[in-house]
Amino acid sequence: MRARATRNAIAVSSAALMMLGIAGCNKQPAPSSEPASGSSSAQSATPEQVDLKIVEQVQIDQDGKEVKPEVGVAAADPAGDGKATCEPVKIAMAGALNGPDAALGINIKNGVQLALDKHNAANPGCQIELRTFDTEGDPQKATAIAPQIVDDASIVGLVGPAFSGETKATGGVFDQAGLVSATASATNVTLSEQGWKTFLRGLANDGVQGPSVANYMKNTLGDKKICVVDDSTDYGTGLAKAVRDTLGPVADAACNISVKKGDKDFSAAVTQVKGQSPDSVFYSGYYAEAAPFVQQLRDAGFTGKFASADGTKDPEFVKQAGSASKDAVLSCPCGPATGPFVDEYTKKFGQGPGTYSTEGYDLGTILAKGIDSGAVTREALLDFARKYEGQGVARKYQWTDNGELTTTLIWIYKVQ
Amino acid sequence: MIHECVGQYACLAGDIGFNIANLQRGFWQLTIDGLAWGAIYALVAVGYTLVFGVLRLINFAHSEIFMLGMFGAYFCLDLILGFAPSGNAYNRGVGLTVLYLGIAMLFAMAVSGLAAIGLEAVAYRPLRRRNARSLTFLITAIGMSFVIQEFVHFVLPKILKGFGGSNAQQPIILVQPKTQFHVFGASVSNVTLVIVVAALVLARLTYLFVHRTKFGRAIRAVAQDPTTATLMGVSRERVIMTTFLIGGLLAGAAALLYTLRVPQGIIYSGGFLLGIKAFSAAVLGGIGNLRGALLGGLILGVMENYGQAVFGTQWRDVVAFVLLVLVLLVRPTGILGESLGKGRA
Repeated sequence: MRARATRNAIAVSSAALMMLGIAGCNKQPAPSSEPASGSSSAQSATPEQVDLKIVEQVQIDQDGKEVKPEVGVAAADPAGDGKATCEPVKIAMAGALNGPDAALGINIKNGVQLALDKHNAANPGCQIELRTFDTEGDPQKATAIAPQIVDDASIVGLVGPAFSGETKATGGVFDQAGLVSATASATNVTLSEQGWKTFLRGLANDGVQGPSVANYMKNTLGDKKICVVDDSTDYGTGLAKAVRDTLGPVADAACNISVKKGDKDFSAAVTQVKGQSPDSVFYSGYYAEAAPFVQQLRDAGFTGKFASADGTKDPEFVKQAGSASKDAVLSCPCGPATGPFVDEYTKKFGQGPGTYSTEGYDLGTILAKGIDSGAVTREALLDFARKYEGQGVARKYQWTDNGELTTTLIWIYKVQ
Repeated sequence: MIHECVGQYACLAGDIGFNIANLQRGFWQLTIDGLAWGAIYALVAVGYTLVFGVLRLINFAHSEIFMLGMFGAYFCLDLILGFAPSGNAYNRGVGLTVLYLGIAMLFAMAVSGLAAIGLEAVAYRPLRRRNARSLTFLITAIGMSFVIQEFVHFVLPKILKGFGGSNAQQPIILVQPKTQFHVFGASVSNVTLVIVVAALVLARLTYLFVHRTKFGRAIRAVAQDPTTATLMGVSRERVIMTTFLIGGLLAGAAALLYTLRVPQGIIYSGGFLLGIKAFSAAVLGGIGNLRGALLGGLILGVMENYGQAVFGTQWRDVVAFVLLVLVLLVRPTGILGESLGKGRA
């Protein structure tokens, strides 16, 4: 009895191993959009496109109307005229450079790095060193790091901190030290309401993004019924509230859903959305949840539009969701990378610019131009930046007294 | 774009809903989805309950055994079977898909089973030799959980390019969920079918193993009275190893089923919450009780689905744990109560 069982087990496992070997020999072709012909085993796959990318569409204002970018105005070049002379000074960059949120921090750091390297190569008489500080995006860690930045007297300017939480926690320290802190990515509305003289925001804030994208969906895309789903984080609920308020009755109250960051199974939310069959679903959260959510929506047969915001505008979203991410509309205060910047960045770092790389580059350029103009003290550089007016790669930079841009526009991207 | 909550739970949206109509409308769909989800809990819960029955140890690292199983299945599909990850479904036809899934499941089971035995040998056996106190075991279990997680997070990407790290693996989807038939108006997808059928078969096999074989009798004997069992010639060490192996095998199978449902879930932290839920399911059914673990898993899966329909999706985990507390208040030993060694278990 037992001997037979053992023999059976051996037979089954060796058969399994053999199949494994056979199967291992032929590499499976990736599913593609071409209609399956010839190969009998491949059933007609879903209409898919292997190379989906997030591509910029239009720039919109708060009413959701398209705003044409200014043409013919050259972006500021960090190289300057090549004749600048200065004492060696340092610029700091603070943000998450390690840990789960490091991608954004590294995008910004690389942007600043590129600007300063171009400047240093062109201006042998004025060398600016970049000092990076890793906050891991954590307000507590940032609080410990901020004094290090302030205490280094050779640091005259800061690009960062990257996230809103850490910026809120450390803004007072930089304000007291009179150190200009230009953030390339912190978009929480309240940051500019703290009375800090040193805070400059290089992009539009969350209060602009919500109404802009909501109006764009309502007015430009013509959606009559929208389900707004948030992920219960500060970012997600804040943005979702702005979107729901702007949409008014268009946001269907029967599918105002809150899910939780970290969830991967959205069957209950999908059932609820499908029950309402809206024109589109707006997801207010990050890509890690947006990807399974959109896939489960599509699998369940939802055919409406899927829209989301900057938390989802990440190549990882497309990688994870595959063809389900096709035609997703993504808004972002971040500007697209254009012109020679893309090539220079790609050449230097071996990959294309990411979200906020452009902002990092532009802010680095502005600080470098200030140093070239002779503003080599914290006081002088702060004054220079606050009065700055000029075109960058992403947009025109000019700030109001509380550190917001004078014109705040949102970009609409699409996965295609 | 910015994280302001310190922990993931620190900023739950405040409003709790109460929407019975939502439950009534989606009742059968919620039940079916909940059963599929509960079947996965149940398979993982068996690992907790068996180890507890034999060792009186809560093996917190079991969730990481599950997570390693997901990576095992992914490794098999990607590198052995040669499916390129793309986020799009392959849809190769029923026969081939089942074959590939079967191979991947066996591989995932092997990975998880070996990992469980390895965990036992590396972390727990030395402690047993030194007669460590039970608290030491518990701390070791929690520690090993972190060690394995961080291994996949930081070390694995350096060893095996494209595996582990901060982001989830790019999914390999063999089959797109498609509705097969309807039950009371609720759609049953092929994925749900596979999960429920596979889980039932595995649960039945485990039950037969524990109750009908010599090894199973040894397990029950050690669970009931380790000293007497040893006197009767049962090798305690071998029983412990077998227990970890079964738990690991089932966790590996559950891991593959889970990735069918959530292809984007293969990440170093992906086992954590599911492990806690499965542990709750084991306690809910009566820890140390095999049938309790299976029942507890199914109940937890269904109830949390009902709960999120009524109170709102973000309250899913809260519903699960409140349910656990309520049941334990009434029945401190869980629904089925008895432990593996006692009675009919």
